[in-house]
Amino acid sequence: MPDPMKIRANLLGDSTEVKVLMSHEMETGQRKDAQGKTIPAWFIQTVKVTHADKVVLAAQWGPAVSKNPFLSFKFEGGAKGDKVRITWIDNHGDTRTDEATIA
Amino acid sequence: MMLRTFTTGIAATALAAFIGSALAESTTDEIAKYREALQDGNPAELWEARGEEMWTKPRGPKQVSFAACDLGLGAGVVKGAYAALPRYFPDAARVMDLETRLVWCMVHQQGYTEADATKTTFGHGGAHRSDLEALAAYVTSQSRGVRMNVALDEPHVHDMYRLGEKMFYYRGGTHDFACATCHGDDGKRIRLQDLPNLTKLEGAQKAYTTWPAYRVSQGEVRTFQWRLNDCFRQQRFPELEFGSDASIALTAYLAGRANGAEYNGPAIKR
Amino acid sequence: MGMKVGARCIAGALMAIVAGGVMHGCASAPAEPDVTDRAAAMLKSSFKARGQATMDRLDQDETQRLCSEYAGRTLPASTAETIEKANLATIRYPADGKLVGDWKSGEKIAQSGQGFQYSDDPKKSAGANCYACHQLAPQELSYGTIGPSLYGFGKRRGFTDATRKYAWDKIYNAEAFAACSNMPRFGQHHILTEQQIRDVVALLVDPASPVNQ
Repeated sequence: MPDPMKIRANLLGDSTEVKVLMSHEMETGQRKDAQGKTIPAWFIQTVKVTHADKVVLAAQWGPAVSKNPFLSFKFEGGAKGDKVRITWIDNHGDTRTDEATIA
Repeated sequence: MMLRTFTTGIAATALAAFIGSALAESTTDEIAKYREALQDGNPAELWEARGEEMWTKPRGPKQVSFAACDLGLGAGVVKGAYAALPRYFPDAARVMDLETRLVWCMVHQQGYTEADATKTTFGHGGAHRSDLEALAAYVTSQSRGVRMNVALDEPHVHDMYRLGEKMFYYRGGTHDFACATCHGDDGKRIRLQDLPNLTKLEGAQKAYTTWPAYRVSQGEVRTFQWRLNDCFRQQRFPELEFGSDASIALTAYLAGRANGAEYNGPAIKR
Repeated sequence: MGMKVGARCIAGALMAIVAGGVMHGCASAPAEPDVTDRAAAMLKSSFKARGQATMDRLDQDETQRLCSEYAGRTLPASTAETIEKANLATIRYPADGKLVGDWKSGEKIAQSGQGFQYSDDPKKSAGANCYACHQLAPQELSYGTIGPSLYGFGKRRGFTDATRKYAWDKIYNAEAFAACSNMPRFGQHHILTEQQIRDVVALLVDPASPVNQ
């Protein structure tokens, strides 16, 4: 079971600012270990953020995103107490979903 | 004619050096901007969360949690504890920093062997995580905003402080390096990495209060034990043992010199 | 319990730090050999050999011992002279008298920071890591400032035998000229080979070297 994300969601006027830290190795598949063997690629491929059953952010990531990615974005709408739901899926098919309450 | 060529040559040389250092300065400015951008969203929080979870769980052969562990302010008390470390612990009859104290609790309260407790001191990748680094991230985060207050008047700590000071200036190894070689002057850098002057209180204050830190280049949270270990490796010394007397003496010296400064960790560094 | 003057001075200074104040210097406190000896002993018991980094690296020679003793204080002129004389006497020259090699190889040696760490492969040749502390070729922006800029070294001093010899000597043993210099003693401690020193000398003194453009 992958590690939980750390999510902060704050109302700023008419929009909500979301900051999320994800725990992931984000291995590019280009690196070699000490024995010279390629370390297999292992990275988050899709990120989806929903609020009130609407997708507010959808992202497709690749090996350019670094280890333990930090994502920060704003979306219009949202109210204090609302839930924001974030899901990531990686190239192994592992997935993690976490929720946060808008403060 | 000769003189004019000579002075033009000097001017051209000076100009090239000026351009070179001006470009280097703009490079360091860009790096400073990068470092500032990093501050928003510190992956160390993931370690803090892991450490916090570990703190309350019963663990080890004796299935005891860290709630029994006295970091100096009472059993299980974490708030402000790091800002007063290293300190003398009568039950261990030793001056200890955070990590040696955590290991002591793991061994004497949770029933681990010393070997098991220190199996992974410095993590390397998701498959080789260090519990100690996660615990350190959590405990130090609970000293955020607290002013450093190492008890330098306590005789054992005082002694370690003075020993640490001697070690700071100890020239040795193939390259004659001491800590002071790199950290003994204002405004110096190795390549493009600025070096804090630890012989001045402001330097020690700024430097000590930013460890532990998430080291982006390592992809890990690194503690002061790690920092000392890795400095000595680069000084061409043999390996500093984890939790050794010298590591605690140097920590007592540098933490003590940071007294009065607000603690700010875990931070994020390149 | 009576305290010695030195201890009282240090205790007073430490009290100032405890109170969150500034530490006052204890310049008048006498050197305390007990603390020095105990610190050295504690260091030795706190390290372990690893790879090529053996425990004898913690043994200090007289230069290191004196420089540690006077660190953070003013080095007396007579002590500085003793140190410089002793280090000057260690300088050795190649049998063929050739002090200048190839600047292109010198640049590679100046760029490389590998060598002598327990994480380094002892079979690979060591670098001098000059750029860690010095500016050299103007194209290299990533340079350190622990040492002075060496840009224009040969051009400024003149392309003479005296300059070539000084470059060799300084690299071989920097403390022959500046007691307790921060610069490693590359020749005396066998960090660089003879040929490597020749190549770094060339980087500094060859008119064609980027350092002199």
